[in-house]
Amino acid sequence: MPLKSRHLLGLHGMPREDIELILETAISFREVLDRPIKKVPPLQGKTIANMFFENSTRTRLSFELAERRLSADVLGFQTSGSSVSKGETLKDTARNIEAMKVDMVVMRHWAAGAPHYLSNVIDANVINAGDGAHEHPTQALLDLYTIHEKHGKIAGLHVCLVGDILHSRVARSNIYGLTALGAKVSVCGPATMIPHGIERLGVQVFHHLDEVIGNVDVLNVLRVQLERDAGRFFPSLREYHHSYGITKGRLEKAGKPITIMHPGPINRDVELSSDVADGEHSVILQQVLNGVAVRMAILYLLATGNQ
Amino acid sequence: MKIEKAIDIVLRNVRIIDPLTDRDEVRDIHLVDGMIGKIASGLKGGASTRSVDLTGVVAAPGFLDMHVHLREPGFEHKETIETGCMAAAAGGFTGVCCMPNTNPAIDDESVIRLIQEKSRRALLGLVDVHPIGAVTIGRKGEHLAPMAEMAAAGAVAFTDDGDPVHDAELMRRALEYAGMFNRPVIQHAQDIPMTRGGVMNEGFCSTELGLPGMPAAAEDVMISRDILLAGYTGGQYHVAHMSTAGAVDLVRAAKVKGLRVTCEVTPHHFFLTDDAVRSFDTNTKMNPPLRTKFDVDAIREGLRDGTIDVIATDHAPHSFDEKQVEFQSAPFGIVGLETAIGLAVTELVYRGILSLDRLVRLFSVNPRRILHLPDVTITEGARANLTLFSPDQSWTVDPLRFHSLSRNTPFAGLTLRGKPFAVANNGVICWSD
Repeated sequence: MPLKSRHLLGLHGMPREDIELILETAISFREVLDRPIKKVPPLQGKTIANMFFENSTRTRLSFELAERRLSADVLGFQTSGSSVSKGETLKDTARNIEAMKVDMVVMRHWAAGAPHYLSNVIDANVINAGDGAHEHPTQALLDLYTIHEKHGKIAGLHVCLVGDILHSRVARSNIYGLTALGAKVSVCGPATMIPHGIERLGVQVFHHLDEVIGNVDVLNVLRVQLERDAGRFFPSLREYHHSYGITKGRLEKAGKPITIMHPGPINRDVELSSDVADGEHSVILQQVLNGVAVRMAILYLLATGNQ
Repeated sequence: MKIEKAIDIVLRNVRIIDPLTDRDEVRDIHLVDGMIGKIASGLKGGASTRSVDLTGVVAAPGFLDMHVHLREPGFEHKETIETGCMAAAAGGFTGVCCMPNTNPAIDDESVIRLIQEKSRRALLGLVDVHPIGAVTIGRKGEHLAPMAEMAAAGAVAFTDDGDPVHDAELMRRALEYAGMFNRPVIQHAQDIPMTRGGVMNEGFCSTELGLPGMPAAAEDVMISRDILLAGYTGGQYHVAHMSTAGAVDLVRAAKVKGLRVTCEVTPHHFFLTDDAVRSFDTNTKMNPPLRTKFDVDAIREGLRDGTIDVIATDHAPHSFDEKQVEFQSAPFGIVGLETAIGLAVTELVYRGILSLDRLVRLFSVNPRRILHLPDVTITEGARANLTLFSPDQSWTVDPLRFHSLSRNTPFAGLTLRGKPFAVANNGVICWSD
């Protein structure tokens, strides 16, 4: 059964069956990653371009590894700054790459909606590797996979996203994916970083961690953008850590084990204390490993689906 | 589009709607050498008279769009005075006011003269182009521009449109100074720090799309401040392209107090909501942004109850390539001259919000009164300044048929009722396609 769309632009509105198909397919690729020979042939002869218009290390490496493990030919570039300042438009860049007969494009872009635009101007399958503050569907899918791996289910769990919801594509995609699969979702962060109308997405809003922490199964802790946020959205990192930092002491008060997730990279002792990040309930490194398997599943399904 | 001198033409069976003479009746109009000759039934004219049957067509005093970006001088790849005048005529306007965010800005007499000269050569001078001068030199918001000189040269109002006059002290002085020449100050109302980086309305849609938002409050706080300044100075204040429910309330209250406050809205702000941005179509990006249904409903109510004085288009042409970029990189604005009548008739007249008489007031009578331009009426012996349109005719918006140099519209493919038919002004008549 193929996916209903030939692109992966976001989880907003994605049918539940499609999400489940990706997660199920990822199980077999996850198994491949434990083999001594980790390469399989299904994308042999396919060419994939990784276009990163914004700095990224782990997402880019994860995609590249997933592509190579599926035996695809891979090319890519990374640039920061807007396409306008570079003098070439996104459309021209994309068309040039497509002229080289590329089958799929994986794109990270600082502008929300850029992958949607791209999917309208080129024929290749487009995979969104994060667009502005809009969506980061592969991150959310690997988060779903990791939650399921840890808890054996997703429906009925309570997942709380902590931190800067306003600027977070990870939060949005997680909300869409988790609610589609029947999880209870809440967000917790300073009022300045909770976007307008978020409760209409079916999430509960908290501003004080201690009000929610006793009821959650999973905390997905978002990264604080140190350079940008301090002073504009909250007074200081010290105050942020005091209010929203996840510490061992805070978790102990909850009185039950809580799974700790983080999309990385971590600011230690800002949003997470080291003993929590490296603690027994942290699945942060499993997220990284599962990310490769989930991306293999997505690439495989799009490459072999309805064209 | 076909242009000819209006030397001796009888417009037969045309429905004349002229609010200032309280006329709504089907008659024939004889145009003689650019003037209105006889208005009667069964006019024959002489042997050389051309006669055109206009059953089903409305004749109104010429429409004036008081908010147009003609882009010349400086941005002639987007629009020129000539193509802008063609778009105006094709859209049913006999007059436009052009905004000063050109390069150089319209901040002294020489630019005003240039625009006047060029507009007289376009379409045989059919479209009256009234320049609006900048409030501050270079629209930089620092020093008052030479308003006395510009008013004497023909500037009908002052604005830094594209940007607000942000400094309250400067706004106060501008209202005082422009008041000496009986000219309104037109405000692009937007609090800058509250909207920095914003590309769409802040609300549920921007939350879902992850696009930086511009809250309605950022428009309302500035209008609120300006109304206080208008009251304090006695100056004449006009809100450009008003887009929020809060602003409608503020202007309504100011009018109750008897302040010299007026406002305009654009067709896109009474037609579309921020839901349209979900397409990431850069032709849904404008400033002020498309708002919510709550705001659209308030604007329609403001149109119905008379709070809103004018429909103006904020015609903002941009080239195809400039809009073919990421949503966040795209320039703000859409073209509006050639869709305004269709959108207004479809959405306001046929939904019972405005009568045709009120529609004519908002397009023709009120903008001239705000700008202290002479009234235009359809009376024997008057200069013929007419907008002819067919309220019943359906048509489909095809940007390739626009006369504007630019095609940046979110309305492509939309079927509208109400089509411009012809315009007559300054001795010339122009028939639409």
